[in-house]
Amino acid sequence: MKFEGTKNYVATDDLRVAVNASITLQRPLLIKGEPGTGKTVLAEEVAKALDAELITWNIKSTTKAQQGLYEYDAVTRLRDSQLGDARVKDIRNYITKGKLWESFERDKRPVLLIDEIDKADIEFPNDLLQELDRMEFYVYETNETIKARVRPIVIITSNNEKELPDAFLRRCFFHYIKFPDEETMRAIIDVHFQGLKGKLVQEALNIFYEIREVPGLKKKPSTSELLDWLKLLLSEDISPETLREKDPTKLIPPLHGALLKNEQDVHLFERLAFLARRERN
Amino acid sequence: MFVHFFHELKKANVPVSLREYLMLLEAMDSDVIERKVEDFYFLSRASLVKDERNLDKFDQVFGHVFKGLDLVTEGHETQLPEEWLKALTEKFLTEEEKAEIEKLGGWEKIMETLKQRLEEQKKRHEGGNKMIGTAGTSPFGANGYNPEGVRIGQKEGRHGKAVKVWDKREYKNLDDSVELGTRNIKVALRRLRKFAREGMPTELDLDDTIKSTAHHGYLDIKMVAERRNKVNLLVFFDIGGSMDSHIKLCEELFSAARTEFKNMEYFYFHNCLYEGVWKDNRRRHNEKMSTWDVLHKFPADYKVVFVGDATMSPYEITYAGGSVEHWNEEAGALWLERVAQIYESAVWLNPVPERHWEYTPSLQIIKQIMGDRMYPLTLEGLDKAMRELSR
Repeated sequence: MKFEGTKNYVATDDLRVAVNASITLQRPLLIKGEPGTGKTVLAEEVAKALDAELITWNIKSTTKAQQGLYEYDAVTRLRDSQLGDARVKDIRNYITKGKLWESFERDKRPVLLIDEIDKADIEFPNDLLQELDRMEFYVYETNETIKARVRPIVIITSNNEKELPDAFLRRCFFHYIKFPDEETMRAIIDVHFQGLKGKLVQEALNIFYEIREVPGLKKKPSTSELLDWLKLLLSEDISPETLREKDPTKLIPPLHGALLKNEQDVHLFERLAFLARRERN
Repeated sequence: MFVHFFHELKKANVPVSLREYLMLLEAMDSDVIERKVEDFYFLSRASLVKDERNLDKFDQVFGHVFKGLDLVTEGHETQLPEEWLKALTEKFLTEEEKAEIEKLGGWEKIMETLKQRLEEQKKRHEGGNKMIGTAGTSPFGANGYNPEGVRIGQKEGRHGKAVKVWDKREYKNLDDSVELGTRNIKVALRRLRKFAREGMPTELDLDDTIKSTAHHGYLDIKMVAERRNKVNLLVFFDIGGSMDSHIKLCEELFSAARTEFKNMEYFYFHNCLYEGVWKDNRRRHNEKMSTWDVLHKFPADYKVVFVGDATMSPYEITYAGGSVEHWNEEAGALWLERVAQIYESAVWLNPVPERHWEYTPSLQIIKQIMGDRMYPLTLEGLDKAMRELSR
């Protein structure tokens, strides 16, 4: 079982090595990187490439580690007991399985994506140490130990909002998705828009990297934003000539809304356009 | 196996542990990678480095420890005239040709042959498939195609396959001395938190309610006050003059601190703290507040942060009347000492990079007054400063 990238996802060599190492050694893979560089998509593509089921656990600030294992619904049980429901006899009826449990139950190796782990409480990763290490946990209500039938492939993404505990990091493989260079970027575009006019891509990429170079941008556009922008350019049928047009009055690229997500950034560009115009005159 | 490498990493302050090292060995043992140096680099990076801040350090150590591998190329790099390597033509190969080159043998063999060829060859060479030059299919040289090619003096690989990626040190700007955005600052500031329940009880205390209900036999609801960050912060910003070049950084720090701390007070000063501070830069001459009033108003449990480059003439600190703007009755140093005496936790954040500090005498004076608690205004520095304050 080796991951080689898919026809929808361009995996660089270093990413491929990291993914394969974590698959072979059955250790979690921690993925970090700028927003929009395809961290979440990676898990989907790994699942697709290995023909495995993808189980996604989205983490929020209120998520507790226990919720990934199971939850015991005491309130429903209390209500049922007063209505004389027969289900009350078996406590199992009131235990809701979490995502981790779900992935432990599969006969075929699934991919478990723990998305944006840094959103949760600082202690969250620590609470999952044993569970991810041994791939088993104990259910107190029923006195049973749940053990994974096949160890799932665990992929964890983080946006770096909180530092993760060392003990947790030590158990993972780590990969930082760096921003793709122009060559990789072209491969990515190729994968997403087949047969896109070469010239258009070239012009668009030039503008894209120029924008990323502009100092003082609050939020640099990323891969996913470039792809959105290209989609828009295509649907509006904008020609490469329009893009190349270095008319100072149009210094802001067409349909910039897809690339610049911050009002201050747009202002910055308008100011630059104004300066450029003044220089000409 | 690689024990030396492991120790070098430790020495370079890359946090590696035995567990990770064993993981790497296990991965090598289970043939995760083919026996290629590049793959080994990727694998060891994935298993030993757990934070992008350390990637640059890792690259350096890797380059240094496994230097034997690139000794041969390094040695000759300078001897090849640069214009040879300027790309003049680009040759596109068919699949069969690529397969043919693949057969040429492993890494070591290539290095050996390279050495030989370098000795054989004295002239610039283009095309062909043996000599070193551009656009050929020989394994040596730039811009050509050979999957096992060794890159000589070329800026970036067209095919992205030549071996020594770590020498590029692409992760340079992710080192933790980068300037920060507000999001990062907020995270760093979060270290400085002391939660306490004070004020109106507005939240249901579930545990206490259950306990009390069971105790009394009737529903007895207990309330508690909301948890709040109890830390009080007093910030002094140096403004104007040499601080103008750091204004963006200070703005970011300011806005992050404003949202993070409910009880934050801020004042401005110029170059050094004297008898007056102000809150609004436009009306600084009319609405100055006496520094004594400030020191009296805020109790000693406030934490004090100075933000400034501490770069000025030493007289501005040590002498009465040394200020560039007005006549000051008492020396700036005296005022700084007063602050340091009243407030137990105080730090100075300096936007000037730490490596320049020792060349500025005024900076050294202030650092001494602050009891060495001066930190650079980077993520790492901020982190240390917050640790110091939360002691």
